[in-house]
Amino acid sequence: MIKIKNISKSFADKTILNGIDGEFDKGKTNLIIGSSGTGKSVLLKCIVGLLHPDTGKVFYDLRNFTEADKDMKSEIRREIGMLFQGGALFDSKNVEQNVMFPLDILTKMPLGEKIERVNFCLKRVGLEGVNKKMPSEISGGMKKRVGIARAIVNNPNYLFCDEPNSGLDPQTAIVIDELIMEITHEFDITTVVVTHDMNSVMGIGEKIMFLYKGEKMWEGTNHEIMNSGVKELDEFVFTNKIMKNLKNGSI
Amino acid sequence: MIFLGSLVVRRETFKTYYHLTLEECIQIGIKSILLFMLVSTFMGAVTTLQTAANLVSPFVPRFVISQVVREMTVLELAPTIMAVIYAGKVGSSMAGGLGTMRITEQIDALEVMGINSASYLVLPKIVASLMMFPLLVIVAAVCSMVGGYLAGTLTEILTPTEYIYGIRYSFNEYFITFALIKSFVFAFLISSISSFRGYYTQGGALEVGISSTQAVTTSIIAVLLADYFLAYLLL
Repeated sequence: MIKIKNISKSFADKTILNGIDGEFDKGKTNLIIGSSGTGKSVLLKCIVGLLHPDTGKVFYDLRNFTEADKDMKSEIRREIGMLFQGGALFDSKNVEQNVMFPLDILTKMPLGEKIERVNFCLKRVGLEGVNKKMPSEISGGMKKRVGIARAIVNNPNYLFCDEPNSGLDPQTAIVIDELIMEITHEFDITTVVVTHDMNSVMGIGEKIMFLYKGEKMWEGTNHEIMNSGVKELDEFVFTNKIMKNLKNGSI
Repeated sequence: MIFLGSLVVRRETFKTYYHLTLEECIQIGIKSILLFMLVSTFMGAVTTLQTAANLVSPFVPRFVISQVVREMTVLELAPTIMAVIYAGKVGSSMAGGLGTMRITEQIDALEVMGINSASYLVLPKIVASLMMFPLLVIVAAVCSMVGGYLAGTLTEILTPTEYIYGIRYSFNEYFITFALIKSFVFAFLISSISSFRGYYTQGGALEVGISSTQAVTTSIIAVLLADYFLAYLLL
């Protein structure tokens, strides 16, 4: 479980996050949703330590990450897997080397075991026979899958995904979403997904945090989101006519 | 200075750096050597022809031409001009590569894994530069003198014996030491400045281009300033 307390972050005079509290449960896909520019990615970066919050604390299973010393931070980070928006695969390494990279750096596993583990993870994300391909030779959806394989290769306790289906066609996006949820349940990890994609929200939002103008406006599940009663959330969810008609009961 | 300090904290294993440094040596050294040889050969050839054109007095022996080529090559052309070329080829590539890694979140990916990205990415580049640039300068110096020999003898400005005599005449070994000191300093300046510019790139593709340009410009200015101060202090 990950707990955040009173997270605030400003850049120059602009407040991006203002006193965010929340919990992300183990074994669930926890979503952070909101319109563009509401601070979702900044919050995610504060949680994983890429940005230091101005105020507030982040706890990983009761371990205070924000105030931890370098060794403790390193230890916690080694339990984290992260899927970046563009995949963030290393251009100079092929698929196999990319997925194997955390094992090379963080473990002393023999090469045979590492290859076995890489092949297992690639198979798990539905990619086989692409080990020697370079990132430039594979599609966007495949890059995301490789990114997921790299994120889970070291058996993380926490998985973070920053807009995992941005730039993907709806079908591939759903496949990626389902993969994230399956992996979360299969390995019983704490998954945090940042998204503004309503398909993801409805499909995998087991616990949802809605951000609006840098503040937490609502928290609930995908079943509760339709009747939240929060005007700002309704405006985010029911953006198109079909959804509005669905809400009004016309469909 | 803070950036350089960050390179030596939270380091990875020696084996990791060993492999990365070897890769960088190939990237920096082996893949640059042809360009260096080509430029320095022509540099030596042109220096020979221009020196010959200016030394018209019958009282000046012709072996002085190759002596001038040697002094210019060892003291200035090999280390400094090659440093400018190095900044253009390797420095821009370092800044561009790191800048691209920054904007495509590859550096963030390293940080999330608990890796000191500055140390992991930059330290091998600086170490490889310190190893390879002095070697490239030595190769360039030799090629320059060979270029001078070919230009001088093929155009019959001077005989092979005169050229070799001039190259060996009144040779001061300290100038080699001086050239190597310069090459170490330039290698450090170019690799660290270029890495710094690339590592702290913010924005998109346009900013990566700007970082590369700034890396080259700043490196060349730093090289020229260091060249002056080293000459003032060590000669």
